[in-house]
Amino acid sequence: MFEAIAFYLFAILTIVMFYITVTTKQALFALTALAAGMIFISAFFFMLGADFLGVVQIIVYTGAVMALYAFGMMFFDTTREVKERSGSSFIIWGLSILSAVFTVVIFSAPIIGSKIESLYPSIKEATNSQSVGMVLFTKYLVPFELAAVMLLVAMIAGIVMAGKKMDRSLTLMREEDILAEEVNRKVIL
Amino acid sequence: MMQIGLTHYLVLATILFSIGLIGVMKRKNLLMLFFSTEILLNAVNVGFAAISHYYNDLTGQMFAFFIIAIAASEVAVGLGLLIIWHKRSGNINLDTMSSMRG
Repeated sequence: MFEAIAFYLFAILTIVMFYITVTTKQALFALTALAAGMIFISAFFFMLGADFLGVVQIIVYTGAVMALYAFGMMFFDTTREVKERSGSSFIIWGLSILSAVFTVVIFSAPIIGSKIESLYPSIKEATNSQSVGMVLFTKYLVPFELAAVMLLVAMIAGIVMAGKKMDRSLTLMREEDILAEEVNRKVIL
Repeated sequence: MMQIGLTHYLVLATILFSIGLIGVMKRKNLLMLFFSTEILLNAVNVGFAAISHYYNDLTGQMFAFFIIAIAASEVAVGLGLLIIWHKRSGNINLDTMSSMRG
């Protein structure tokens, strides 16, 4: 009873928030609605008994990713609207057909997989965080370490790319200055 | 109706995925494109967690963790590239990024 109420409440809230994100013209509205939708998504994880995943969702998505977007948006002129032109009809039709096929596959997946045996059954005595730790550090240790290396590489790449010429704004400089600077750099190199 | 099953969660994941897909198709603002990608990844995560719960299997949650890690690194690299592009060209419109047409 309460599970049904919570499910429908959070489902409606999540769909509304993500719809606002997709359709709004203001980048700040989109950012806020996306952050709210991420928190509502974590409610589903708590309902499904995946406590650790819900906490990670809140910390990583609304803590790290949204803060990163907020910092990134300080570089952009978000008040200026990007002129939206509708894409080519070929792409829209192709992607629509593809998404229809995906929908059928997703709905038919439980029917096909009704005889599936669970690979790593969750342990009854352990809490969710304990069993996640047990599986993550035994069966999935190598992907876990690879994900750590990947995050480090992404962090270095982000710092290198975003921190380049932080002291000057290329958008406020005149076009001739930028061109002269690039010519100078080619001469030096 | 009152008993929430696996199908409910899969329908929800499909709806969220469709919203993200509409965003990817429709928006020309590059920042909105990143937001739509986050919606797509989150929809998939909901589906993984639901299957993990109803089949009593932890593999779905593991996949969701790795998807979150990939999303975080995608944001870091993508936002860096976006800032470079904005510094160079002054806008983040997708239609202007056609210099690699060949």
